[in-house]
Amino acid sequence: MSALVHLDRISMVYGRGVSSVRAIEEVSLDIAKGEFIAVVGPSGCGKSSLMRLISGLHPPLAGILTVEGNPVKGPLKSVGMAFQNSNLLPWRNALENVLLPLEIVEPHRSRIRTERKQYREKAIKLLEAVGLAGFTEKHPWELSGGMQQRTSICRALIHEPDILMLDEPFGALDAFTREELWCTLRDLQAARGVTVMLVTHDLREAVFLADTVYVMSSRPGRIVKRCEVKIARPRDLEVTYTPEFQEIVHELRHLIGRGGEGAH
Amino acid sequence: MERREFLIKVVSPATFTVTLFVLWELACRIFKIPLTILPSAMDVFGALWQYREPIADNSFVTLWTTLAGFAIATAFGLLLGIAVGWHRAIYAGIYPVLVGFNSIPKVAVVPVLVLWFGIGEVPAIMTAFLISFFPIVVNVATGLATTEPELEDVLRALGASKLDIMKKVGIPRSLPYFFGSLKVAITLAFVGTVVSETVGANKGIGKLMLDAQSAFQVPIVFAGLLVLAFLGIVLYAMTALIEQRFTGWAFRGQANR
Ligand SMILES: Nc1ncnc2c1ncn2[C@@H]1O[C@H](COP(=O)(O)OP(=O)(O)OP(=O)(O)O)[C@@H](O)[C@H]1O
Ligand SMILES: [Mg+2]
Repeated sequence: MSALVHLDRISMVYGRGVSSVRAIEEVSLDIAKGEFIAVVGPSGCGKSSLMRLISGLHPPLAGILTVEGNPVKGPLKSVGMAFQNSNLLPWRNALENVLLPLEIVEPHRSRIRTERKQYREKAIKLLEAVGLAGFTEKHPWELSGGMQQRTSICRALIHEPDILMLDEPFGALDAFTREELWCTLRDLQAARGVTVMLVTHDLREAVFLADTVYVMSSRPGRIVKRCEVKIARPRDLEVTYTPEFQEIVHELRHLIGRGGEGAH
Repeated sequence: MERREFLIKVVSPATFTVTLFVLWELACRIFKIPLTILPSAMDVFGALWQYREPIADNSFVTLWTTLAGFAIATAFGLLLGIAVGWHRAIYAGIYPVLVGFNSIPKVAVVPVLVLWFGIGEVPAIMTAFLISFFPIVVNVATGLATTEPELEDVLRALGASKLDIMKKVGIPRSLPYFFGSLKVAITLAFVGTVVSETVGANKGIGKLMLDAQSAFQVPIVFAGLLVLAFLGIVLYAMTALIEQRFTGWAFRGQANR
């Protein structure tokens, strides 16, 4: 199995000297091409930091980080990212927001002026695939939170990135919308075979979507458990009610949990 | 609904203004205030009409020097604001100097400007510029600095350069701040022009008022004040209109949040 992303005993800190914060400690993991991984763990354990690290936005302090066999030295340039906050540009409509990455990433960047029409069609198709047909010309404030999040995910996918990084993308949504978007994401990933790293607080979300779930300990973040979810795909929402599913969720819950015993 | 809007936006300020003038007139008559202390509203409007030609003439000079100074301040303020917002090091370097410069009362600079450029329109334009560019710089820089770090991550992960991020996000984001600062800047520019005119100029409303004052033509002095107030309102309204036109999304966006 060839790893797309390879981390070998990676540590990472914010800041320097006495005031530095150790965010990640000796993390080793491999992400295969097309794999869907989820990272769960207590708040502040370094999940977002891990994402920024793999994207090349923040350098590691120690350890080896390679993507496609090459050491990462700066932003990867082909990563799609989406966050809990949709971060759409309010002066652009949904379609224009989705087109934003194409104005930055080569080779689209030099083509978009001349082939704007084709690109627009592509973006409209993508928006339609996530259930936003008829909303392409709407501005962010005319969209519901769920719609904004769908748009944000489309923006992360439009340039067909190798890796999709999602940081609690459904955190701010209600339970029904969230489950609906799980299915949207599941289908998008199945259709495109994109490699996904999902950071989440929701264990059911992690188990439902991911092939592999990593559990991180509280700060500094280490990986305390790697759990392969052996539930066959395609998964239906119904699997979340099966004992097999519940058991995995339970096990993960115990690893993070310790809620009653306090933080230490 | 339309009627209500009209009542609030037109009738109410008009009534208030007229009432103010009436009270002014009455006060002057009842208390028999001498003309040389406070001329009545009628006297002032009389002077306004009688000297309409020199007043119009001088208003024009004040207006165009204000606008010229304001235009320079806008261009300069925008560029400097982008520079200051670009990088923390530039910000740290320039900011103290800017604040220091801004706290010099600009009246104190006018004599220097007159010394350099002679009596005329140039010192007025320069004063208007010097006094009004600061809020533009601060606002543009603030707008640039408020780009969400997550959005910056999204773009950087795509390989966007600093310039890309500025063009796609920073500058559009700072536009509402920029247009908002224009309202403040135009008012300041106007103040700058008039201050400079009362110190060293051969034309302009400020100069007209100065001359009238030394000739004890008090009604003309007050006519000058009225004209200044009127011009100030016009200039402010103009920039407010421009602001609304260009940054409608910012107002609508906020209404929903
Ligand atoms: N830009 C930063 N500068 C300094 N310290 C930071 C920065 N970002 C995060 N940290 C610190 O690094 C640690 C890990 O933060 P991180 O954001 O990765 O946590 P997280 O697991 O994503 O938390 P959450 O689940 O609450 O989002 C935290 O202790 C935080 O204080
Ligand atoms: Mg986080």
